[in-house]
Amino acid sequence: MQTILELKNIGYSYHSLHGETRALTNISFGVQEGEFIAIVGPSGCGKSTLLSIIAGLLSPEQGTIVVNNPDGSLAYPRIGYMLQRDHLFEWRTVYKNVILGLEINHMMTPDRLETVNRLLVDYGLEKFREKRPSELSGGMKQRAALIRTLALDPQLLLLDEPFSALDYQTRLFVSADICRLIRAAGKTMIIITHDLSEAISLADRVIILSNRPATVKAQMPIRLTLKDDSPLASRNAPEFQQYFNQLWEDLNNDS
Amino acid sequence: MTVKTKKNDSRHELTKQEEFVKNHRRHHHQISTMRITIFVLFLILWETSAYLGWIDSFFFASPSRVLLCCVEQLKTNALLSHIGVTLFETIVSFLLVLLFSLLAATLLWYSHRMSEVLEPYLVVLNSLPKSALAPLFIVWLGTGTPTIIVAGISVAVFGSIISFYTGFQQVDPEKITLIYTLGGSKRNAFTKVVLPGSIPILLSTAKVNIGLALVGVIIGEFLAARRGLGYLIIYGSQVFQLDMVITSIIILCIIALGFYKSIQMIEHHIRKKFKM
Repeated sequence: MQTILELKNIGYSYHSLHGETRALTNISFGVQEGEFIAIVGPSGCGKSTLLSIIAGLLSPEQGTIVVNNPDGSLAYPRIGYMLQRDHLFEWRTVYKNVILGLEINHMMTPDRLETVNRLLVDYGLEKFREKRPSELSGGMKQRAALIRTLALDPQLLLLDEPFSALDYQTRLFVSADICRLIRAAGKTMIIITHDLSEAISLADRVIILSNRPATVKAQMPIRLTLKDDSPLASRNAPEFQQYFNQLWEDLNNDS
Repeated sequence: MTVKTKKNDSRHELTKQEEFVKNHRRHHHQISTMRITIFVLFLILWETSAYLGWIDSFFFASPSRVLLCCVEQLKTNALLSHIGVTLFETIVSFLLVLLFSLLAATLLWYSHRMSEVLEPYLVVLNSLPKSALAPLFIVWLGTGTPTIIVAGISVAVFGSIISFYTGFQQVDPEKITLIYTLGGSKRNAFTKVVLPGSIPILLSTAKVNIGLALVGVIIGEFLAARRGLGYLIIYGSQVFQLDMVITSIIILCIIALGFYKSIQMIEHHIRKKFKM
């Protein structure tokens, strides 16, 4: 697998009149094409800041992000960003919501709209295209938000605790569901989560961040013998508990 | 779902539903009845007290004298033209207030620096009693329609800018971030999120503004007009025709109610369209 993005010694601080708060320091890791990475860390350690930097919404104060496209071009990969809540607009229909990105980028071409329509059918939202977001269930809203992101055909998807607004049971299904759809679409993904089980069951590699200022404490490749779509199957894999304990230890030892 | 029990259930539910609708209608009916009763009782009490001499109808008029005054004024067509002038001036001020304050609030939203710089000016201008400015308007613009429209605008516009701008700022910042993550610009954020998200605030501000524009127009007409209901009130008080004054005030009440109801209808229409 090829490394498409490489973070080198990324550092970032927040500034206020009361002083400087270092959020990130010396963060380095690579992202391989098609890989699913989960980032875990204590709350408030700067995970979202890191994602904003990768997305290009913030510029790092130190360090660089090296782009390594397969075709040798220097273009930054197209990025899709899913926020903590779906943020579907109530004043638009579901269809108008999912084409928002195309509308903004003036890319309402027939083949793009065709892709959107196919996704609506594939994700079971075809019947709801003229409905308002409030008429959808939590899982359907997340699917609609995913279509809105995928409509722009991103190479790299960034998910910032995208399921934290859902109740636990829905969350198990929706997280597995959304990740299955992203895998099926052949995308690379970086997901931030609080939930260690979610990280292990979804990701190929887990990156553990330290307390603020965050730095990479450990990286753990995950190989589960039971890679299955159902949300509970991967949690029943024999290695699961071992990974969980290892993660827990890495997260909590303050060396 | 078994069909038989479902059918039974739905019939039961229907009667409950019907009962709810009936209660709801009855409630609204009662409210309207009470409102009208209060109005009629007030008219009766007013007429009787004038008739029995409890109040001097020279100073306090009476419903019958108001009616008579209306008929008299209508004969000469003067009343309708006064009403028309006031309506016209108020609607023009109102529309200009909406236009100006929307433009100004948009500029303030675009430029954070400008909003910081201008904030104290807006606050001062908003709290300044606008009637104090009216003499200046008369000197600058003469007596006539432009002065009165400017007076109407001056009363409403600053509060309106502040309300719109506050509304724009209350939009969820994550929704704006979403636009940026989709590759949008600040302009996209404004047209796709801020403006449609602020429609409820735009509507409620419009409701307040139409009333304020009327206040400003009447102040202007007091000082600088030969036509309009404000002029009629001043003229009536100067020649001691208090019937005329009270008639004008009652017509103003009706106009205010009419404006409020029209905006409410527009609001209802827009809310229905956007399903808000």
